[in-house]
Amino acid sequence: MNPVELKYNKDHEYARVSGNTVTLGITDHAQESLGDVVFVELPDDGTTVTVGKSYGTVESVKAVSDITASISGKVVEVNTLVLDSPDLLNSDPYGEGWLIKVEADDLSPLETMMTVAEYEAFVAEEEH
Amino acid sequence: MVELKRTPLYEEHKGAKAKLIDFGGWEMPVQYAGVIEEHHAVRKNAGLFDTSHMGEIDVRGKDALAYVQMLITNDASILHDGKILYSPMCYPTGGIVDDLLVYRYDLEHFFIVVNASNTDKDYSWMLEQVGDFEVSVDNVSDQYVQLALQGPLAETILQRLTKVDLSKLVYYTFTHGEVDGVPCLISRTGYTGEDGFEIYPSPEFGRQLWQKILEVGATDGVQPIGLGARDTLRFEARLPLYGHELGREITPLEAGIGFFVKFNKVDFIGKDALQAQKEQGVPRKLVGLEMVGRGIARAHYPLQKDGKDIGFVTSGSYSPTLNKNIALGLIPTELAVQGEVIDVLIREKPVQAKIIPTLFYKRGK
Repeated sequence: MNPVELKYNKDHEYARVSGNTVTLGITDHAQESLGDVVFVELPDDGTTVTVGKSYGTVESVKAVSDITASISGKVVEVNTLVLDSPDLLNSDPYGEGWLIKVEADDLSPLETMMTVAEYEAFVAEEEH
Repeated sequence: MVELKRTPLYEEHKGAKAKLIDFGGWEMPVQYAGVIEEHHAVRKNAGLFDTSHMGEIDVRGKDALAYVQMLITNDASILHDGKILYSPMCYPTGGIVDDLLVYRYDLEHFFIVVNASNTDKDYSWMLEQVGDFEVSVDNVSDQYVQLALQGPLAETILQRLTKVDLSKLVYYTFTHGEVDGVPCLISRTGYTGEDGFEIYPSPEFGRQLWQKILEVGATDGVQPIGLGARDTLRFEARLPLYGHELGREITPLEAGIGFFVKFNKVDFIGKDALQAQKEQGVPRKLVGLEMVGRGIARAHYPLQKDGKDIGFVTSGSYSPTLNKNIALGLIPTELAVQGEVIDVLIREKPVQAKIIPTLFYKRGK
């Protein structure tokens, strides 16, 4: 169920690449671990995010989690739908529950991210 | 690493695929189906909680009443056999050791239910206060499983398993009787803001009763409920939680439970300090907060007014019943004005919140 075309990091976030634009979100495993998501805070359009740095927050009833950018660049689109309906992160993390789109300065940080097979092995290892 | 304690129902939680966490040294279920779904199940139908981690302390002897009266701030002399009292137990400073339920079996036997993570502390404290009182104080926590069945359908469901006429068991009373053939202490108490029962069988019958209640309540929508929803339920009903609204540095008068401090009874530990605080004016007050700006106020976040720290959030959450982000906070009494707007510092950023009444949710009669 984790899409094969995405790249994944150890914080259970994904990156979807389309040309120079990268869509960021949290994985199914992340939403499952967090539980019911009730609040999402995202940067504004036009601001910049930096690879490895927090760009927002996802909160479930019980937990607060930072979300980390897998890429540096300018935010070109914010999913305002999830600001009003944070539960989209639970119901459709890879679809309607995406978070932001970034115009990447440089796509090379994606090379260090995991493929779906590597990510699933990582999750299995972590759960062990 | 210290090994986590488990309740006799651990295998049930595992089997139900509950998410387990370390709660005060206990490996407990934080959620089964999901916090929000479980929360609504209790408000609408009924939910079953494993609260076996709670502590139970027996006080027996000729001086049991006098000893209990000295320990707690509420007045245990008004109890009759089978009646239950809620009370803070204070230090001489007026700070809170714990909050308790005191069950009177008879004048020479009281059964005291304490918070799980405070059990050892409370037991030591209570032993230290025995002095010349002719009482024996025993930590009997291991002798009980505690199940809480809470929600508007709790009575209907439990009645199917017992001959005890539950309609006669009024709020804050208890009795002994069989549930599914198992001898239990049954009390009409809870920590959710709903009607309900707390049931205390011996540990060996815990799993049987857990399964049976879920089975006979299935058609009524009963669900197992984790500590996550237990917290949001108690929080909406303004039921205080030790370590949040209550603590060593917070008095019952500040925490909004001054009603349970009776100055006109015999002497009790903390009386002088609390009397003095009452006469000089209680410096802080627990207020309700509703977020005006975007964000969720969480426990320990600072509260500010005009950029100055004025207090802190004691509990805060998304409220499933109200569908709002609300909180409880402790601030100076003079600033506790309904309708005033203050700031919650959320990740270094001030976010506006309005002061509202603390009783966020009250069940319909």
